[in-house]
Amino acid sequence: MSLYVARSSAVAARPLGDEMIIMSTRDSMLFTLNEVAREIWQAADGRTPLSDIVEKKICAKFDTEAAPAYADAETLCRDLASAGILLLSDQPFELARGGT
Amino acid sequence: MNSDLLLEIGGIPVRLRTDDGGLRQALRERYEKYLTATASAEPIDMRLSRAVERFPEWETPRASCTKGLWQFGRTDFRAEWSPDTGSGWIRHVTAAPHTIDAFLRMLYSVLIAGQGGFLVHAASAIRNGKAFVFMGVSGAGKTTMTRLAPPDAAPLTDEVSYIRIHEGRYWAFGTPFFGDWGKAGANLSAPIEAVYQLAQGPANVIEPLAPKDAVRALLRNIMFFSKDPELVRVAFETACRFVGAVPVRRLTFAPTPEVWELIR
Repeated sequence: MSLYVARSSAVAARPLGDEMIIMSTRDSMLFTLNEVAREIWQAADGRTPLSDIVEKKICAKFDTEAAPAYADAETLCRDLASAGILLLSDQPFELARGGT
Repeated sequence: MNSDLLLEIGGIPVRLRTDDGGLRQALRERYEKYLTATASAEPIDMRLSRAVERFPEWETPRASCTKGLWQFGRTDFRAEWSPDTGSGWIRHVTAAPHTIDAFLRMLYSVLIAGQGGFLVHAASAIRNGKAFVFMGVSGAGKTTMTRLAPPDAAPLTDEVSYIRIHEGRYWAFGTPFFGDWGKAGANLSAPIEAVYQLAQGPANVIEPLAPKDAVRALLRNIMFFSKDPELVRVAFETACRFVGAVPVRRLTFAPTPEVWELIR
C-alpha cells in the first residue's frame, strides 16, 4: 500500500542555513528538519508516493539503500504527522478530498 | 484644558485623551521622555474612560482582530482600535498608569508587526553608535545588564525592546517600558550590532547560537498577544528574517561591570 504525504497548511516554514525550521501555527511548537527530512518535506506535495520521494530524492542524493531509507522516512513522516506538521493518506490527497 | 497626551515611540505617535487629571499627570510623568508637541505622522487617537467593573473574560491578556477591528484586553482594561479610522477607545478599571502601559505594549506589538518589527522581552542600549539587545525571561539579567552599563552606554530599556526595520537595517528604539530599573529608557535609536541571549554564570563568555536556537530564543521572548494563525505565521517569519540579518549569540555573564568590556 502506498503512503502519500502532504505538508500541513497549519505551519510556517523557512529555510535557515542547512536546516528547515517549521512552526505549528496552532500551538507555536518549533521543529527543525535536517537535510534528509527537508528533502522529504519539500517533496511532500500530496500526489507523490513516499516510496517515489525516497527513491528519487533520498537514495539518489544521499547514496543510501532503498529499504532502510524508506523505513526511516516512514517513521519520520509518522512522527511529523503526529505533531501536525505533515498529513498522511493511503491515496493521493486530491482523491482523498473527493477530487478527480 | 488640553486633555491630550501625544507620545511617540519608535516613530509611531499615539494620542491619549483623558479627562482624568490625576491619570493624565501620572502618564505625563511616566512618558515624559516620549511626549512630543508635533507628531511625525498622523497619530493613533485613543479615548480613555473609566470602567465600572473588571473584565474577567479577559483574564488571559490578548489581542485579536475581527473584521478589521482590533480588540485588546486584560482584566483591568478593554480597548478597541480601528486601523481604518486610526482611532479607538480604552476603558480602564483603575487610574493606574501601568494599565495604560499594558495597553500600549499590546498596541505597539501589533503596529510594528505589520512593519516586520517586534517588541521583545529584552534590555537594550546604545554604545559607540550601535545598539545591543539583551534578551531573556524574567530573572535572566536584563535589569542587571542595564544597571551595569558604563557611562558611555545609553540604556534604551531594561524590559521591552522595540525593534524594526529602518533604512534597510534592523534598529532598536528606546521605549518608556521599564521593569525593575524603574525608569524610561533614552529616547534614542541605533542600528543593531548584535543580540544576546542572557545567561548568568561565573565568567563572561560569548558563544555563537545556531540559527534554529536563535529563532527559538527569539520566539520565546517576542511579545505577541494574538493566537491568530496568520499572525503567528507573521511572527515566525519576522523572527527568521531577523536571525538571518543580525548576529544572535549567547552571553553568559557574571553580574559585574566587566561584562560590558565585551559589548562594543
